[in-house]
Amino acid sequence: MSRILVCPPDFFGIEYEINPWMRLTNHVDHGRAVRQWHELIRVLEQDLGVMLERMTPIPGLPDLVFTANAGIVVGRTAVVSRFRYPERQREEVHFEGWFSRHGYEVMTIEAGIHFEGAGDLLGFPEYWFGGYRQRSDIRVFPILSERFHREIIPLELVDSRFYHLDTCFCPLSGGELLYFPAAFDSYGQTAIAERVPDKLRLTVPIDEALKFACNAVCVGKHVVLPAGCPATQAWLRIRGYETHPVQLDEFMRSGGSAKCLTLTLD
Amino acid sequence: MIKYAHAVSTAMNHYQESVYLQGHIIDSLVLAKVLDLILMMGGTFDLEDVHIGKTREEASHARIRIQTVSRTLLDDILKAIQPHGASIEREADCRIDRAPADGVLPDDFYATTHLPTQIRLNGRWLDINRIEMDLAILVNEQGSTAHAIPMGEVRRGNRIVVGREGVRIIPLQRPQERDIFGFMESQVSAERPHGHIIADIATRMRQLRERHRQKQADSHVLLAGGPAIIHAGGREALTWLIEQGFIHILFCGNALAAHDMEADLFGTSLGYGLTAGRAVPHGHEHHLRTINKIRAIGSIEVAVTSGMIRQGIMAACIRQGVPVVMSGTIRDDGPLPEVITDSVLAQRAMRALIPGVGLALLVASTLHSVATGNLLPATVPTVCVDVNPSVPTKLADRGSFQAVGLVMDAASFLSELARMLGRAT
Repeated sequence: MSRILVCPPDFFGIEYEINPWMRLTNHVDHGRAVRQWHELIRVLEQDLGVMLERMTPIPGLPDLVFTANAGIVVGRTAVVSRFRYPERQREEVHFEGWFSRHGYEVMTIEAGIHFEGAGDLLGFPEYWFGGYRQRSDIRVFPILSERFHREIIPLELVDSRFYHLDTCFCPLSGGELLYFPAAFDSYGQTAIAERVPDKLRLTVPIDEALKFACNAVCVGKHVVLPAGCPATQAWLRIRGYETHPVQLDEFMRSGGSAKCLTLTLD
Repeated sequence: MIKYAHAVSTAMNHYQESVYLQGHIIDSLVLAKVLDLILMMGGTFDLEDVHIGKTREEASHARIRIQTVSRTLLDDILKAIQPHGASIEREADCRIDRAPADGVLPDDFYATTHLPTQIRLNGRWLDINRIEMDLAILVNEQGSTAHAIPMGEVRRGNRIVVGREGVRIIPLQRPQERDIFGFMESQVSAERPHGHIIADIATRMRQLRERHRQKQADSHVLLAGGPAIIHAGGREALTWLIEQGFIHILFCGNALAAHDMEADLFGTSLGYGLTAGRAVPHGHEHHLRTINKIRAIGSIEVAVTSGMIRQGIMAACIRQGVPVVMSGTIRDDGPLPEVITDSVLAQRAMRALIPGVGLALLVASTLHSVATGNLLPATVPTVCVDVNPSVPTKLADRGSFQAVGLVMDAASFLSELARMLGRAT
């Protein structure tokens, strides 16, 4: 059974602006956000049968809800994120505490090298892709590659709206890939095309990409994705996936959706 | 100003930095992106130490040496490629030891190549002046300048670079000229047509004469030659080249000068009548009698100015003010008064004339060609002409792509060169 780390949105809100989606003037309907989050949790637990681990929310850390950025977990090792922006650096100690209390061997990256966890490191069992330039530093990937004996193909993120790799790139369990090519430069697009054959790649249309269709959670043959992405859903169904759209627009005000709200543990 | 001379003169000054890139840089095209960025921004690069991972998991790495024409551009490029993981190699300052005694270098002294070289002192890269192969590097007390120095000239206490840290060699840039010197090959073959090579040399010499007349840098043409020039019948062509201002420095030995003046005094070269081509009775004594006459009058210069020697290579050099360094050998007769018989002193005299040389012609002399070749920085275009392929090969093996070897007879070469430069035939 899959285990996923989540953090209730008790203190979620917009208290700073560190990506193009965030606007301090953009009011979050907190009650609605809480309801949306609970619906996501219900789908994950009841429809997908995922086992959830819940972190304790901390006042003053509105983005702790985005557990994808806690770090990455490989086996019993957790690599804790080193956030680029000071606003989120305060989360690091809480994520690190959670990992060590839950028996993970915690690995930290040397100071000065930013790494925003599963937000920027995704992949298939054999090899991974690493997003860099917006948040994570490309120099982290050789370190992780050596530690975990995995090939990590760095991809430069060139559109600040897609500031983490998981906002525009979603590898699926069957080897397919949802992605939004314009978030990458021609080198990255070529590198992706070299690895994932045409028929396994879905170019998400721009309107759905901007709803973060790629910020989806794939568990086996189930995909949980933001509501309002019919083309993506249709393609997924053709590929044999059961789709679970969830309305998460309150979290989109902060630049996050289904995937950002989860961290796969094992 | 002609372009190649510019390239040569700036070879020591171009800005460079080595960066290191590692990770899965091949399939991700990160290496390609970094190299493209360097080129698109106007820099050039050399790829050094490229290692491609043997398995998918194994990372690759590459060391890239970036070169630019300005510090600002170099900084801009470094700034642009750093986000893609290119890290600047942290280099150490060079190490310096004092020479333990006159003429003795410290153990582990750095031995130079003939390529442009820099040392790192107090975090800054400093060009080595007067670079030459197989020397040491002397740094002044202030650490503000450095130059190559022969072992024998070192004085006790001199500051000498030791080890290899903080020393870097700058690969030659391909000259911008699209002539024979611009190709990365040293042509050493008797079978190849020579005409276009000589034509390229002539073009350069015409340009250099113009530059020399305007007293521009690196415009001197040096010719190092052996007596075969006289025996083979190249004397008149070389004389003409000197008189017309195409040659500005002459390196030779006792024999070339002796036979040149023998020809003037007796019409023979080593006893053979130059026009009739027959051995003249007692002709083998002519070069000795020539040397004796010059020794009697005191110097070649006096022999020329007094009218005793009227024509030929030596006369042309004296009249044109072309400096001549005559180095002695163990088999010399006489020798002529100007011959420097101490080979260390001769080397020093030759070395003193190397700065400012923009083209070197090494013709028909193993001894003088190799000696001169060893003194020349790799940046100086060099032509080696000899009937024996081993001489151009020896020179070409110095590793400079601006060395061109021609396997041909000296007289044919000089005559053809002079003809292309306008000498009536």
